[in-house]
Amino acid sequence: MINLFEVNETNNMIAQDNFDVRTITLGVSLLDCIDSDLSECRRKVYEKITGLAKNLVAVGEEISKEFGVPIVNKRISVTPIALVGGACCKTEDDFVTLAQTLDKVAHEVDVNFIGGYSALVSKGMTPAEEMLIRSIPKALACTQRVCSSVNVGSTKTGMNMDAIGLMGEIVRKTAEYTKEHDSIGCAKLVVFCNAPDDNPFMAGAFHGVTEADAIINVGVSGPGVVKRVLENAKEQDFGQLCETIKKTAFKITRVGQLVAQEASRRLGIPFGIIDLSLAPTPAVGDSVADILELIGLEKTGAPGTTAALALLNDSVKKGGIMASSYVGGLSGAFIPVSEDQGMIHAVEAGALTLEKLEAMTCVCSVGLDMIAVPGDTKASTIAGIIADEAAIGMINQKTTAVRLIPVIGKKVGEMVEFGGLLGYAPIMPVNSFSCEAFVNRGGRIPAPIHSFKN
Amino acid sequence: MSKTIITVVGKDKVGIIAKVCNFLADNQVNILDISQTIIDGYFNMMMLADSSKAEKEFSVLADEIAKVGEEIGVQIRMQKEEIFDCMHRI
Repeated sequence: MINLFEVNETNNMIAQDNFDVRTITLGVSLLDCIDSDLSECRRKVYEKITGLAKNLVAVGEEISKEFGVPIVNKRISVTPIALVGGACCKTEDDFVTLAQTLDKVAHEVDVNFIGGYSALVSKGMTPAEEMLIRSIPKALACTQRVCSSVNVGSTKTGMNMDAIGLMGEIVRKTAEYTKEHDSIGCAKLVVFCNAPDDNPFMAGAFHGVTEADAIINVGVSGPGVVKRVLENAKEQDFGQLCETIKKTAFKITRVGQLVAQEASRRLGIPFGIIDLSLAPTPAVGDSVADILELIGLEKTGAPGTTAALALLNDSVKKGGIMASSYVGGLSGAFIPVSEDQGMIHAVEAGALTLEKLEAMTCVCSVGLDMIAVPGDTKASTIAGIIADEAAIGMINQKTTAVRLIPVIGKKVGEMVEFGGLLGYAPIMPVNSFSCEAFVNRGGRIPAPIHSFKN
Repeated sequence: MSKTIITVVGKDKVGIIAKVCNFLADNQVNILDISQTIIDGYFNMMMLADSSKAEKEFSVLADEIAKVGEEIGVQIRMQKEEIFDCMHRI
């Protein structure tokens, strides 16, 4: 039987170490909503999602109460809208109306984000996909809860440099369209390489075409819990350290699995995957950077950071894999800057740079995340950063992503406040040498060789 | 059976168990096991109970028992047993 010690351990994780289930994300296929008439398409989208998701928030809260574990977010991901709207959207504004429909649905069923205003263009763009991409700045400016993502490359197809060049401009434009609010639109826009079909985390969630009609995906979290156990593990060598992290990851993932099964049963929607990610929040102590520092770094960004992150990420996966029957999504440690107190401090102290963050993304999910850069950063420079990050993903067969926020009107060293879970960030310097000629070549970077691994 | 774990944590005083047991009895929740300890004057109790005969919704009971705790100055949680089982048992 469960004993007092075990009960207290679980409850202390929740009460003191910010342990929570970060999100229950309902994935909904909208392929059956495709219609050649735009208003008919919008009606079908509205009815299908509200029909499936009407109890999502209530069920999430019920489970949260019964088990005593917070479930922070309830969200929805949908089929990439470029596919859904391809038949009926003749202009960029047509796509924007679909974004507004999604926003209305999100308000109606009371989810805080709806993801899937997306296009998958890793090899080429259809006219509809290009139109959707061009509509992103306007769509994100006139909606509140819609999230957008674009997949610009994969290990199998190589990198679509035309799309990457275009995304450089789109990120900038999105920043300009939302400049009154510190360019917040860019916090809802992710550029991926090797985007997973079943990611429950925003802003990059969408419901892939290989998925079932509706699915429940759950993202767990718990940097604070890992941090707490490592505070008592100062004398351990690496073998013992990894063992400690694995055990902790196992425990927190098991709760995610329980919540996912319960949500699936109560909503009558099949369970998809658990995403084993350590997702930090701006709350004090709920930080991946703090964990790296407990492993032995003075500040995140110091030499050794990449190795420490590699062992953390790998141990989380090893522990989590056994705890869940299906693991998917991004699964790893997130290193967003604005959402992690320790990261913010490391940047302010001058320990952590964009280049070091890029190196860190080679060994963890997901990529350059929630990084504020100066408002005068050129579109081609943003495209160059996206290309670098996509190349890391393409060559290493992993998901990488870029969520940069060029904050219009702000310069290096200034602060930007996004609020809530998105946190705040110091503006980081960007290498100012040009990559314009590189980006403007156009075309594709061919898929990499899958042998001779060195 | 719907196994429920009730935990009470707080400064020790007269009548904590009595209050909790009365609440559970009034709501047809059957106590199966109790273990408790006092560390540095802090009361730490865990009850295993069966709430399958309770008429109220689980979430309502959890809210109400937390309020009972507030009245007597201790923290009371009521949670389904599965969360502990899944975390600590393979």
